[in-house]
Amino acid sequence: MDLQIALLLGQDGITNGAIYALLALALVLVFAVTRVIFIPQGEFVAFGALTLASFQAGKTPGTLWLLIGAGVVVALVDITQALRSGALRRIPRIVGWNLVYPAAAAATVFLLKPGEFPLVGQIVLALVLVVPLGPMMYRLAFQPLAEASVLVLLIVAVAVHLALVGLGLLFFGAEGSRTPSFSDASFNLGLVTVSGQTVWVVSASLLLIVVLFVFFERTIYGKALRATAMNRTGARLMGISTVMAGKLSFLLAALIGAFSGILIAPITTVYYDTGFLIGLKGFVGAIVGGLTSYPVAAAGAILVGLLEAFSSFWASAFKEVIVFTLIIPVLVWRSLTTRHVEEDE
Amino acid sequence: MARRLLLAGFLGLLLISPLVASEFHITLLNYIGLYAIVALGLVLLTGVGGLTSFGQAAFVGLGAYTTAYLSTAQGLPGWASMLGGSPWLGLLAGLLVTGLVAYLLGLLTLRLSGHYLPLGTIAWGISLYFLFGNLEFLGGHTGMSGIPALSLFGVELRDGRKFYYMVWATVLGAVWLTQNLLNSREGRAIRALKGGVVMAEAMGVDTARSKVVIFLIAALFACVSGWLYAHLQRFVNPTPFGLHIGIEYLFMAVVGGAAHVWGALIGAGVITVLKQWLQDWLPKLLGASGNFEMIVFGVMMIFVLQRARDGLWPILTRFVPLSDAKREVPIGDALPKKPVPESGKVLLEARNVFKRFGGLVANNNMCLSVKAGEVMALIGPNGAGKSTMFNCVSGVDSASEGEVLFRGEAVTNLNSRQIARLGMSRTFQHVRLLPTMTVLENVAIGGHLRGSQGVLSAMLHLERGEEARLLAEAARQVERVGLRDSMFDLAGSLALGQQRTLEIARALCADPCLLLLDEPAAGLRYMEKQALAELLRKLRGEGMGILLVEHDMDFVMGLADRVVVMEFGEKIAEGLPDEVQRDPVVLEAYLGGVD
Repeated sequence: MDLQIALLLGQDGITNGAIYALLALALVLVFAVTRVIFIPQGEFVAFGALTLASFQAGKTPGTLWLLIGAGVVVALVDITQALRSGALRRIPRIVGWNLVYPAAAAATVFLLKPGEFPLVGQIVLALVLVVPLGPMMYRLAFQPLAEASVLVLLIVAVAVHLALVGLGLLFFGAEGSRTPSFSDASFNLGLVTVSGQTVWVVSASLLLIVVLFVFFERTIYGKALRATAMNRTGARLMGISTVMAGKLSFLLAALIGAFSGILIAPITTVYYDTGFLIGLKGFVGAIVGGLTSYPVAAAGAILVGLLEAFSSFWASAFKEVIVFTLIIPVLVWRSLTTRHVEEDE
Repeated sequence: MARRLLLAGFLGLLLISPLVASEFHITLLNYIGLYAIVALGLVLLTGVGGLTSFGQAAFVGLGAYTTAYLSTAQGLPGWASMLGGSPWLGLLAGLLVTGLVAYLLGLLTLRLSGHYLPLGTIAWGISLYFLFGNLEFLGGHTGMSGIPALSLFGVELRDGRKFYYMVWATVLGAVWLTQNLLNSREGRAIRALKGGVVMAEAMGVDTARSKVVIFLIAALFACVSGWLYAHLQRFVNPTPFGLHIGIEYLFMAVVGGAAHVWGALIGAGVITVLKQWLQDWLPKLLGASGNFEMIVFGVMMIFVLQRARDGLWPILTRFVPLSDAKREVPIGDALPKKPVPESGKVLLEARNVFKRFGGLVANNNMCLSVKAGEVMALIGPNGAGKSTMFNCVSGVDSASEGEVLFRGEAVTNLNSRQIARLGMSRTFQHVRLLPTMTVLENVAIGGHLRGSQGVLSAMLHLERGEEARLLAEAARQVERVGLRDSMFDLAGSLALGQQRTLEIARALCADPCLLLLDEPAAGLRYMEKQALAELLRKLRGEGMGILLVEHDMDFVMGLADRVVVMEFGEKIAEGLPDEVQRDPVVLEAYLGGVD
């Protein structure tokens, strides 16, 4: 290996690492607020990328049907509950978010021909379709089990992942898709050529991280989420709705996931089940941070990206073996350094 | 009775089905059997032991690939060629390989706490899957074919109908082994892993070892299933050993009822039949081909966990009356007892014990001693540090500074399991019971160190003599504390006072020479307190040393030989009950100053 190859691999590693870092942040956020180990994160990555690809191919993405279907189910569940508890005032809001919003999205897709939109418009529309699936998923799968143990929540998360992978196959088929680059520019920096997409990915990730930082430090909702993460009961006693916190954290996770998918789609071919492995690599990063520290998680994710890039050079067939075996010593180190009271689960 | 009939009916059906069922149904039943073996391991590991694994499919793969490689490979090196060709040697080698890999993975990942463990199993599940697919000598992603059929007593098990009996004999064998294990001394230790680790350790159970044991058993069951699979299919590739299949195995256990041995069979049956059916219908319905059953399984799993977290088995058994065969009081010879220390000899001595939690000093320079044949009471207002002192003395926690001697030996740095072995037994202020086990079984955990038979003899039921003596001893202690009428009730159904009494019986079952009781009289009624005091007097008369933390002053003053009073982590008085009651410092601590 010479310096040029090393720099090339380093660039690859940092690009992928930036995406893993974004996912790691979302995973830390969801775990801290809801105690859910968010295995389905990867499906948002795939859904985001493939929805965008569908628009570009002039097709109607299946995620639209999922949005409509999930909306109807959430509306049914919530309206039944509202009727039972006599809280009729809630009904317009429920109908608005779960029935009218998907209908409006459907109208946009069918009437406005998103295939002809500029890229930015397509990206926004893809996010509009995919992101609300996050809070809907929280409502249906996790909210009824909000007080269950981490292990039960983990099994549910795995079940949701499985269902979504199946739906992904149904909606998008077994073929992969790749979307065009955000920019064709490339920059010569001495030995190495940096592609425009790399610049996009890294700067978009950085920007998103800054936005999240501001959100958590400066806004009332961000602070509410942090409070819930620190102490659920305490937050509830202070009037913070844990249901709201759960939905909001899932919304953010879905946004980050779908956006990561859109960022990565021009770099690698995305299949309906690609998201899982990408999400798991974000996980390795998140676990380096003990599922609690944002900066350490991000650093861990970059490390995973670099490790993956370099191991694909030396032993490409064993790339996944190396990355996932790495997680075990990290887990051991983590569980030895965190204090854990065995019977509090 | 009804259950016996149902079991006989089930076995009869199993026996005759190859004579009547179609080829297709035989194949289905074979697969259900193979999956049930893996799910059974998960029942032991996850349902009973509380350790979640998504990676069992990888162990199935190890079993399948080992036998596939050994029975097909050409040109093995000389020492290995004698292994080649025979499926039975393949089984042996598979068990060895799987055992070794599982032991190493277990050493690493079982130390992981809480949710880190299942994440670890996902990681090595994926790693092993990619390893199978990328190793040239295992045929890569295309796999290996030409695996020979099994032969048994000269009969070649070439078709599914012949193989059927092989599969189901293995399933029933595994069920038998698992049930035997669960109804034994080691089994009770395993059942304590879920929510009773601190208690089990204090009763002398090596919980880390128990975890490794169930992890190994689950892995070996999976390996056997893989071995059968390889010789049934006579072809292996990596697909059936991936993470998704590992998740499916866990689903089988959870859907069937993860805490019940028969739940594994129900779960394997339901998921396999459903999968078959969905794989036929969904692609037609949706007009595309693919594994769409995943969608249904995922949704079903969410529904099960939200609505019926204990799975299908408990729902099914609700309709069958419980047999009452198990309600006979066990009879057996007495277990050997340890020699009782001479009365008046110092048993326990704590010297200058400090315990700090960060800046808080919970125990500050505490000293106390307990002699054989005396009741020593440790009293003090709430938050004085009495329970902390208890934990330091019994090894549940370790002192920050100072020395604890038990029967002349320094035990300051020993853990609670090692201290229990020396003859100290305790109860807990907040009762630590296993609510879904009977009173008798809970008490029998106390006798853990008085038995010596291991896991293997428990699985084969070779330890029935010792088991009978243990249960009889437990029954004697249950009667001794006056819980005879509730012996077969679930511990969780008792009133709080009775649960405390149960803890005393459990501690006594260990045959201790020093008994540590943390608020034993709390929640008891007057008559029950009288009976408890009577029991403690009797134990004292037999030469036992008793260290007592208690708030009920009538109870303490009528019983104790000596009293130590604590406040704010320090000893403020020590002496005879009468002296202490008149001590102005004690009066001030309890009643406030008299200015």
